Amino acid sequence: MPLLWLFILILALGLIGFILGRARALKNANGDIRLLHSLPTYYGSNVLLAILIPGLAVMVIWLILQPMVIQGQVSSMIPDTAYSDKGALNLVMSDVRRVAEGLDIAVEQGTLSHDQARDIRTELTDIRARLGAVGVALGSNVESYVLKAAQKYRTMNAVGNWMMTVAVLAAALAGFAISYMRTNKDMRARNSVEKVILGLLIAAASIAILTTLGIVLSLIFNTIEFFKLYPALDFFFGTTWSPSFGGGSELGILPLFWGTFYVSIIALLVAVPIGLFAAIYLSEYAGPKVRAIAKPLLEVLAGIPTIVYGLFALLTVGPMLMTVFGEDGGLGWMQGGRSVMTAGLVMGVMLIPFVSSLSDDIINAVPQAMRDGSLGLGATKSETVRQVVLPAALPGIVGAILLAASRAIGETMIVVLGAGAAAKLNLNPFEAMTTVTTRIVSQLTGDADFASAEALVAFALGMTLFVITLCLNIFALVIVRKYREQYD
Amino acid sequence: MNDMRIVRKDVDMNDTKISAKGVQVFYGDTHAIKDVDVEIKDKTVTAFIGPSGCGKSTFLRCLNRMNDTIDVCRVEGKILLDGEDIYDKRVDPVQLRAKVGMVFQRPNPFPKSIYDNIAYGPRIHGLAKNKADLDDIVEKALRRGAIWDEVKDRLDAPGTGLSGGQQQRLCIARAVATEPEVLLMDEPCSALDPIATLQVEELIDELRENFSVVIVTHSMQQAARVSQKTAFFHLGNLVEYGDTEQIFTNPQDERTESYITGRIG
Ligand SMILES: Nc1ncnc2c1ncn2[C@@H]1O[C@H](COP(=O)(O)OP(=O)(O)OP(=O)(O)O)[C@@H](O)[C@H]1O
Ligand SMILES: [Mg+2]
Repeated sequence: MPLLWLFILILALGLIGFILGRARALKNANGDIRLLHSLPTYYGSNVLLAILIPGLAVMVIWLILQPMVIQGQVSSMIPDTAYSDKGALNLVMSDVRRVAEGLDIAVEQGTLSHDQARDIRTELTDIRARLGAVGVALGSNVESYVLKAAQKYRTMNAVGNWMMTVAVLAAALAGFAISYMRTNKDMRARNSVEKVILGLLIAAASIAILTTLGIVLSLIFNTIEFFKLYPALDFFFGTTWSPSFGGGSELGILPLFWGTFYVSIIALLVAVPIGLFAAIYLSEYAGPKVRAIAKPLLEVLAGIPTIVYGLFALLTVGPMLMTVFGEDGGLGWMQGGRSVMTAGLVMGVMLIPFVSSLSDDIINAVPQAMRDGSLGLGATKSETVRQVVLPAALPGIVGAILLAASRAIGETMIVVLGAGAAAKLNLNPFEAMTTVTTRIVSQLTGDADFASAEALVAFALGMTLFVITLCLNIFALVIVRKYREQYD
Repeated sequence: MNDMRIVRKDVDMNDTKISAKGVQVFYGDTHAIKDVDVEIKDKTVTAFIGPSGCGKSTFLRCLNRMNDTIDVCRVEGKILLDGEDIYDKRVDPVQLRAKVGMVFQRPNPFPKSIYDNIAYGPRIHGLAKNKADLDDIVEKALRRGAIWDEVKDRLDAPGTGLSGGQQQRLCIARAVATEPEVLLMDEPCSALDPIATLQVEELIDELRENFSVVIVTHSMQQAARVSQKTAFFHLGNLVEYGDTEQIFTNPQDERTESYITGRIG
């Protein structure tokens, strides 16, 4: 039975369970809802969950385990002579799966019968041509052991699928029967449904946390690999960044770090005042009509993909800065359109809505009574904003700024297009520089061997960035949390 | 209310400080104040009484234009302070509020230190010549707010960390510190114990020497104790306004009588 049908069947079973469970509880209470421990829908949901959870759980586990088992069984059929190492075995196995798939398609389209598909031999049939005819192109002629393995693969899969259907249905029906039998008016259906909901929420939360953990772990392992190849001291304190894939590269993070820092500072210098003032205007001064139009407009800025900002930096801001600060402008500070300033300005623009909408929320959270208190003492609006509203909102605003900072540090596209690729330790903001993120991209997109220090350095860079932004975020969260406690 | 003692007080025939004529207030479509005329005398304590939701706070807020901060609120009619229309375009509500101070129904200390809470008004109005002067103002205001003894050792602690009743007195002290000509107090004693209440009432009595005070209260005894004039509001109407003594002993309107004897409310 195809997976989709099985899934739908389980759902349908669940629905029936829901209706029957609900009806049984009601009948048990002689139709009087007040006699029930929980509302009737809870009894229904209880049965529904008792069907779905075991059924789907068996299904998921089976779907994960079956390919592993089959893989193990089938790969033992491949003669040792056919492969030299594990990678080669994997290649052979992917051939096997492809042939098996091809046979499936051929059967489906009717060019082969079931029996033929099971029994054909490479000695007698040109498999490659036959499969090619149904649209499955194979790179080489099919070896006889590959075909045999593929046929075994097919049968095992068919048996496995059939067994899965039975197992899933059995689990679902068992759940159905047990929960249905247990349904009576005194059963605490509501509590058990609540427990399942709690479980779902915990599962969702753990997935998020586990993913983070997985990311960190993968970074850590590769970082450790890197530090085996390259001394950590040179990495953290080296002032030269010149990777050369031939070897003998210098991989000091400082120039990259300086670029990141410099671009972010300029971006924040642009975004924080503008964003904050915009937020103050919108939340304190603007009438409802202006607010209704201006706020969404500002937030549109946040929806623009960063690559578009990058183009803006490259095509508009860079040349514009050149006409003022470049050779033509007479100042001669700027050699090319790409510079820290270009990227910083554009990134600042990108961060404006981020700062403003966060600050706006925070300023709005300051209770009106606070403003009234100040106005009632004869303070003007701006005095009220400066002396009461902003101090009250300050911790939250600092949190918003730190969040913006961690975005600036992690930003890549704008820097790639706007800041250039030269790793320099330089104070001139009109020089092209580069940042940690762009170097990560370039180290991993090259042809480098993945085990070389030149490629692995990307993970060390990523790890460093991760730690920095994590610290910033934690710091921001702590501040925001402290602020929250103030009015409650 | 038989056990109610009415403290006799002299009601001088002072000048009118605030005079409201035909005041109407709307919150969107809700008609909250209907055609209210009232004359508030200088150097007098005026009490606003009436059942919950009758519009006492609303009317009080009209007197220093605090309703301006509510978008849906619309005020019609004339309110004169010392003969000048406070809703006139030329009047700066900021200056008006410096003259007509307000203590709100719910205490709203700023999230600053106790000292800064009190010093806030004097600072923005430049009332203190130097730090020592400001210290004096703060201490005097806190003493008048009957909270000095409780907070004198922790002036740097946040005002939001005080108890509800302490916050209420802090807000009273904060309003007094700016030396307003008229002080509007919206249920200033609602969270206070009898001793603090007595102290606040003494403060009100003291303020009366120089200012006029308008106080909203749900306590008949308090209205009788501290005020010389009483206004009774009911469903947005000013039902009766007169000398406190007369309102409590000889009300003209039967609604007033039912309210003060506890039959409606
Ligand atoms: N901000 C507002 N928006 C809309 N309606 C309001 C607002 N404030 C007050 N009202 C309405 O105006 C009427 C009068 O309210 P007000 O606060 O003046 O009553 P009150 O006499 O002070 O009552 P209480 O003694 O309970 O404080 C009420 O019906 C209330 O619902
Ligand atoms: Mg009120």
